[in-house]
Amino acid sequence: MPKTLFQKVWENHVVVEEAERPSVLYIDLHLIHEVTSPQAFAGLRERGLKVRRPDRTVATMDHSTPTLPKHLQVIDDQARAQLSQLEKNCAEFGIRLFPLGDSKNGIVHVVGPERGFTQPGMTIVCGDSHTSTHGAFGSLAFGIGTSEVEHVLASQCLLQTKPKTMEVRVEGTLGAGVTAKDIILALIAKIGTGGGTGYVLEYTGSAIRALEMEARMTVCNMSIEGGARAGMIAPDDATYQFVAGREFAPKGADFDKAVERWKKLPSDAGSTYDTRVDIDASALEPMITYGTNPGMGVGITKALPSASDFSGAERAAFEKAMTYMGLEDGKPLLGHKVDVVFVGSCTNSRISDLRAAASVMKGRKVASGVRTLVVPGSHDIKKQAEAEGLDRIFTEAGAEWREPGCSMCIAMNGDQLSPGQYAVSTSNRNFEGRQGKGGRTFLASPLTAAAAAITGKVTDVRTLG
Amino acid sequence: MASFTTLTSHAALLSAENVDTDQIIPARFLKTLDKNGLGKQLFFDWRYLPDGKDNPDFVLNKPEAQGAQILIAGDNFGCGSSREHAPWSLMGWGLRAVISTSFADIFKGNSLKNGLLPIVVDAATHAKLVAAVKANPQAQLSIDLAKTELTLPDGSKVTFPIDNFAQHCLLNGIDQLGYILSFDDKIKAYEAAHA
Ligand code: SF4
Repeated sequence: MPKTLFQKVWENHVVVEEAERPSVLYIDLHLIHEVTSPQAFAGLRERGLKVRRPDRTVATMDHSTPTLPKHLQVIDDQARAQLSQLEKNCAEFGIRLFPLGDSKNGIVHVVGPERGFTQPGMTIVCGDSHTSTHGAFGSLAFGIGTSEVEHVLASQCLLQTKPKTMEVRVEGTLGAGVTAKDIILALIAKIGTGGGTGYVLEYTGSAIRALEMEARMTVCNMSIEGGARAGMIAPDDATYQFVAGREFAPKGADFDKAVERWKKLPSDAGSTYDTRVDIDASALEPMITYGTNPGMGVGITKALPSASDFSGAERAAFEKAMTYMGLEDGKPLLGHKVDVVFVGSCTNSRISDLRAAASVMKGRKVASGVRTLVVPGSHDIKKQAEAEGLDRIFTEAGAEWREPGCSMCIAMNGDQLSPGQYAVSTSNRNFEGRQGKGGRTFLASPLTAAAAAITGKVTDVRTLG
Repeated sequence: MASFTTLTSHAALLSAENVDTDQIIPARFLKTLDKNGLGKQLFFDWRYLPDGKDNPDFVLNKPEAQGAQILIAGDNFGCGSSREHAPWSLMGWGLRAVISTSFADIFKGNSLKNGLLPIVVDAATHAKLVAAVKANPQAQLSIDLAKTELTLPDGSKVTFPIDNFAQHCLLNGIDQLGYILSFDDKIKAYEAAHA
């Protein structure tokens, strides 16, 4: 029977399958970070258990780490305690850790692919919902809670009920100024933040095939914002080339053998999905969100919806979001003032994202009164960007060039918005207070964010010239 | 894990839809090493005024909500991050069940693993519950997990869906890690075959 990519990866990892019970699924790679793991290690100690496969577990510090260079001063005692607890836990249980300041440190979903841990066909989990990022390699990757982190530490397995599958077919060619971020924001605007609940997405179609690996990661990263725990893209030559030669990827003959295996992963002709959504890439324009969930997004030249477009609870939610955001319904967002621009996060902090932002900022100045933060996803990316002179483009424009970390995506480390401020952010969540209490977030691509930095307003990057 | 069999309580009403985990417990409170004591941070940015005082308009601060063990929430409750701190803080406040028309996947799984019961009802039942609680905030709801039955204040009953295995674990206080580890032989065999 023809099978989808998801079915193949799932079946390759089933350890136990019984009727009326969730499956026991084997996990190839477990990524951990400081925020969602302490209670899991505490649980192991209470039960006197060990980490079953320290060799398949990788830790990084990212969520609450400082991004100001100089002394890397951690924000407060609590954050410091959490970081040192992770260090202790990794030492005690023999887990590889890329700590704060390490030359291989960075955001967990950037480091995994960058070091070659992330490979096609794997099952990958992390106590972080954006684990979906790794699906760009044709792996089944999803976020888990802390109880499940403990399960995987102890058993290398998880109890999982088989999800349904949704094909997201993206055909056509992206226009100038339109990027992977705009594809995923358009999808979420279409299906809503709960539209993918219970599904694993597989992104297919010519527009997806045409994306570079980093752009595919951006798409898969935000699958969870549409409610889907995982998003996958079938591996192809671009995938194999990306993985080849990375530190923890197979080498030589092992690599060739692996590629032979990986080539069997793409969905078979005639395989079927439980449902399908179509996106016409050629019709997309740069997207921007206006509300307080990632589904509240529009094409940048479009007017916001009007309250009268909704009824009942939806209308209440829309009006609540408009009040929080301080926006008028029915009007376009173009020209709205911006206080802060954030280029970073596991969605858009890779070298291609920084190049995109730099291409707009080169030879220009950040508008007066706008604070612009550029935060690379890892030390490798930081080094690469500096070798290309991107850091100078940013600093000469008047932007701040920071150390790697999650930074203003989650505002745990002191990088945050002040109440009422407006930010154009390349991150993935615009929830109330996500980037600082009372802060207001417009999610967009690095191109759109950089354009806003230059003009101090929500701007269609295509009109900048 | 604590078992869950039956529960009778009045309910607090949080009508907003798409309540995300950053609202349930903001990220700045995730710098903790413990699961306990997170009740104070529940819905923090809605619950407290900028000066730190209780926001009298927020539902959980109303006198009638005190002691409620059931929360009636809007659609797609718990969307956003994977933080298990969300069910920990809901339970820390004293809640044992949340009723909504739908839940985000990770939140639902996390809740079930901690003994917080996510109950899905249809829109009509939800509307009926909201009306009943608005009319009488002390109106009692009953949950019988073995029968997967919710009894509304007017005595009418609806059944709710729940994953079979999760129900079994909750009823009997079964620990899921213990269950996985009982397959140690099979895990070893899998590892041997895939080495
Ligand atoms: S960058 Fe943001 S979304 Fe990504 S892992 Fe860090 S906090 Fe989570």
